[in-house]
Amino acid sequence: MGKLTIGCFSSLVGSMTLDFAVKLAEAARKKGHDVDVWLSGNGTMLAKKGQRSFKDYSALEKTITELIADGSNVVACEACAEARGIHKEDLISGLGIKSADWYLASCFSADRVVHIGGE
Amino acid sequence: MIKKIAFVVDKMPYKSESSRLTLTHAIASQTVEIHLDDGDNVEPVLAFIGEGVLNCLKNQKASEVYGVTTLESHIKNALLTDIKLLICEEDVKKYGLTEDQIIMDAEDIGADITSELVPFSEIMSAMELADHIVYS
Repeated sequence: MGKLTIGCFSSLVGSMTLDFAVKLAEAARKKGHDVDVWLSGNGTMLAKKGQRSFKDYSALEKTITELIADGSNVVACEACAEARGIHKEDLISGLGIKSADWYLASCFSADRVVHIGGE
Repeated sequence: MIKKIAFVVDKMPYKSESSRLTLTHAIASQTVEIHLDDGDNVEPVLAFIGEGVLNCLKNQKASEVYGVTTLESHIKNALLTDIKLLICEEDVKKYGLTEDQIIMDAEDIGADITSELVPFSEIMSAMELADHIVYS
């Protein structure tokens, strides 16, 4: 089995790009691959706990919690999160917060990288 | 082992955060070694194509207008940290720009290397040689 690294700059609400990234992570994990997910820019919104589920909007906290419990690394960019008022105490349990060099190191050891930029 | 990562910018500056993030991620290659085994490293190449070449305009005023760092300062920091920087010459021409309007060096902050205005085919070659592509 291989390792997939997914990077995403897109926001939780406002596009379906993060939904796609998370679904891809789930699918890869189900096939037995190692998965790292890097959230940067508006993508860090996904890191915040306490997301309320509305049918009009994406709510991915449950899926992310399951991905983390299943062994995936889900990590947010610290500077991007802090700039948005998302602090360590606001994060979904088990979700990491690191600087961008962590993402590059994850890319280094990945067999495939899927990077999804911002809108 | 060295792995090449191509960072490709095709988004306008300031309209979204995308080009800024791509630049900061490319510059983060300078500290990636702390996460890797001895002898391992990442070799970045940074390329500007399409609307992305507008990030490379000189004399940006975002600091004065918006109070944020300019993309110009990030591009100069990339040059300062010896990141190979390619700018698509066809797209520069498409926007009616000339080399003297583009950030070609960062001598003012002590960078040794310069930007390279290259045909798109050369950027494609750099992407083909890369182990991974970060396209934003």
